[in-house]
Amino acid sequence: MALSGLDIFKLLPKTNCGDCNVPTCMAFAMKLAQKKADLSECPHASEEAKVTLGAASEPPIRLVKIGGTNALEVGNETVMFRHEKTFFHPTGVAIELRTSEGEEKLLSKIKEIEGYNVERVGEELSADLFFISHDSKNKEDFLKTVVLAKENSAKGIILDCSDEEILREGIELLKDTCPAVLLKNELSDKNIELTQNSDVSLILTAKSYDDLAKQTEKARNSGVNNLILNLENQNIGNQLQHNAILRRSALKKYFKPFGYPLFTYIHAESELDMLARASALLCKYDSIIVLPKYDKAMLYTLFTLRQNIYTDPQKPIQVDPKVYPIGEPTPESPVFVTTNFSLTYFIVSGEIENSGISAHLVVADAEGQSVLTAWAAGKFVGETIAKFIKDIKLEQQVKTRKIVIPGLVSQISGDLEDNLPGWEVIVGCQEASDIPSFVKSVKLT
Amino acid sequence: MNFEIPKEVNTGKVAEVTIGATSEQGGTRSHTVTIGGSTSLPFHFFEGQHPHRPAVAMEVFDKTPKKYLDSLMDYFGDVIDKPGEMAKKCVDEYGAELISVRLEGTHPEKGDKSAEEAAETVQQVLESVRVPLIISGHSHFEKINKVMKKVCEVTEGENCLINYVETDNYKTIAAACIAYKHTLVAQSPIDVNLAKQLNILLTDMNFPPERIVMDPLTSTLGYGLEYTYSIMERIRNDGLAGDKMLAFPMLINPGYESFRVKETWAPEKEYPDWGNLEQRAAYWEIATAMSLLLTGTELLIMYHPRAFEVVKNKIIEMYESKKES
Ligand code: SF4
Repeated sequence: MALSGLDIFKLLPKTNCGDCNVPTCMAFAMKLAQKKADLSECPHASEEAKVTLGAASEPPIRLVKIGGTNALEVGNETVMFRHEKTFFHPTGVAIELRTSEGEEKLLSKIKEIEGYNVERVGEELSADLFFISHDSKNKEDFLKTVVLAKENSAKGIILDCSDEEILREGIELLKDTCPAVLLKNELSDKNIELTQNSDVSLILTAKSYDDLAKQTEKARNSGVNNLILNLENQNIGNQLQHNAILRRSALKKYFKPFGYPLFTYIHAESELDMLARASALLCKYDSIIVLPKYDKAMLYTLFTLRQNIYTDPQKPIQVDPKVYPIGEPTPESPVFVTTNFSLTYFIVSGEIENSGISAHLVVADAEGQSVLTAWAAGKFVGETIAKFIKDIKLEQQVKTRKIVIPGLVSQISGDLEDNLPGWEVIVGCQEASDIPSFVKSVKLT
Repeated sequence: MNFEIPKEVNTGKVAEVTIGATSEQGGTRSHTVTIGGSTSLPFHFFEGQHPHRPAVAMEVFDKTPKKYLDSLMDYFGDVIDKPGEMAKKCVDEYGAELISVRLEGTHPEKGDKSAEEAAETVQQVLESVRVPLIISGHSHFEKINKVMKKVCEVTEGENCLINYVETDNYKTIAAACIAYKHTLVAQSPIDVNLAKQLNILLTDMNFPPERIVMDPLTSTLGYGLEYTYSIMERIRNDGLAGDKMLAFPMLINPGYESFRVKETWAPEKEYPDWGNLEQRAAYWEIATAMSLLLTGTELLIMYHPRAFEVVKNKIIEMYESKKES
């Protein structure tokens, strides 16, 4: 909770000694409120002031890291709805490795998941974590799996093992890589001992709000602060309501015991069911999702959803400005031009594809704005488009000398023709969905 | 530490809209479907009323879509060109709660079927199933106005959901809906203000507000879903905050929109990273539907029977948690 200058002033010694290099305590308090100074600059600050200000500057939802280099960071969210600002830390997707699966199978699975990297709109997408669940009778299987995952991948690891001694050894193997541990039973003193002064995060499991708050309080009071919350319930409606309530409590009520990222292990009847549950929980507030199954199509779907939901709504996603082949164009194929706003690009390229023709789609640099916005801002006009076409040396790539512009900016056609000698400008349709009929009605080459 | 659930009270309420009419109500449907009526955010049973769960429809066609996916042919290949039989299959075998009849074939460039032919198709479907109907059109104003007028007339009293009108073309169809007692979809292009403006235009011509369903224009997963998602959240937030002109149930088209994009038809051979096509096609529609359900969707038109089944089951499961709240 942000404190006002006056709130802070009340906590200061009020001696106006000037040791903070500001003439008065009040002036210093104002600087603190604006985050232009740090309390440590006042040598006389009381313990109370330090604790109160420290708590006030803590984010409402704690940032938690899992993994070594390239650790996954989750939490530190500030809004309930993405349109209010943005969601900052995308949901981490963990894939389960069961220790009973056998070394050979596990190794190939780990390697496959490690190698799975898929590109979408200029972003590399991949699974973030391994979730190692100990379901074999054999301790060695657990330790072996941990070593396999650690040696063959840089992804962070979550451990799920009910035997505390075995768990201790597992954590030992993961020194310096910030592992997380799922505790399925109530937080014990032993658990606290195991994680105090370490980089291990604890995933606390509870069946009720009160029980969950009790456990987080206990952990916080022992100085264990890297927590993740698992309020268990099998019903998707309850899960979504829990997540909304926990997030709202942390953000709106500054309820500290719930100021942590949220976790769900997805229990499902089928793959389609798994994807449905994971999709909903990814949108509404889960920071970590464990998938019991590795399935590329499911991951690709979830990654795409995650990219959509966690995009900054203030910043349009852009695609690289360049010439995109649609279908299998030859130098004689028609040429279309549009802007590099991702949505515009997707819709236009999709509709050209739907029309069944092959074409060159020139995606001009319009700073990621849509056609009309870019035109209004002078970023998608005859001059800029002509310059872009020259810069990319389009004339050497295609033989066609006709170019189709979006119907919404028909007014630039003359200007573009003036700037692009030798080219004929064709005004296209206004709506992308009319492209398939447009290409049939007009001679484009 | 005592925890108290932080509840938010809203002054607004989403309009309750009923689709279909039974014989007592002047139609021939075995039952009606009512959507809307919620007083808190989607599935927030702990702080508001949610009298009706979102309904899930499936779609049939007056003309086989040019690009009908192989993965859907496996389910509908035998009936795809027989809208009546396909509707029956959707209802009897897959559990569709409403049927949408898409009249794309009346578009001058996609078959140019006449208004009479369209009316015949709709009647066929009316006869073969007893669930309420949605009649889905296209953007060729002149033609669709003719078609919808005719369809509204021949289905008088059935209270179909006429899908859709937009700001540049609403008068003819809205008037036909009033005259022949149908419900109407008001579509706007992913924009809160335009959505509101159209609803005002409709109510200004005395269109009954309890017969309006909004379509904020569905963008599918990976193709602008985030825009639809946030616009819907904003519309719902404003509606619950008391803006009556935004407090209408919302319709989305995960089926139609998903099955236009590459991810639902490109083979795994060409895109190995995208994984199994059969699964992916259903996943894409499910992820679109599930995410938008959380923003205030009350009516979905879906294509893939397995995606349909999963999403419908999830909605039912969500509403089971209502009892506990
Ligand atoms: S150093 Fe501390 S006590 Fe002295 S003026 Fe600054 S704030 Fe006040």
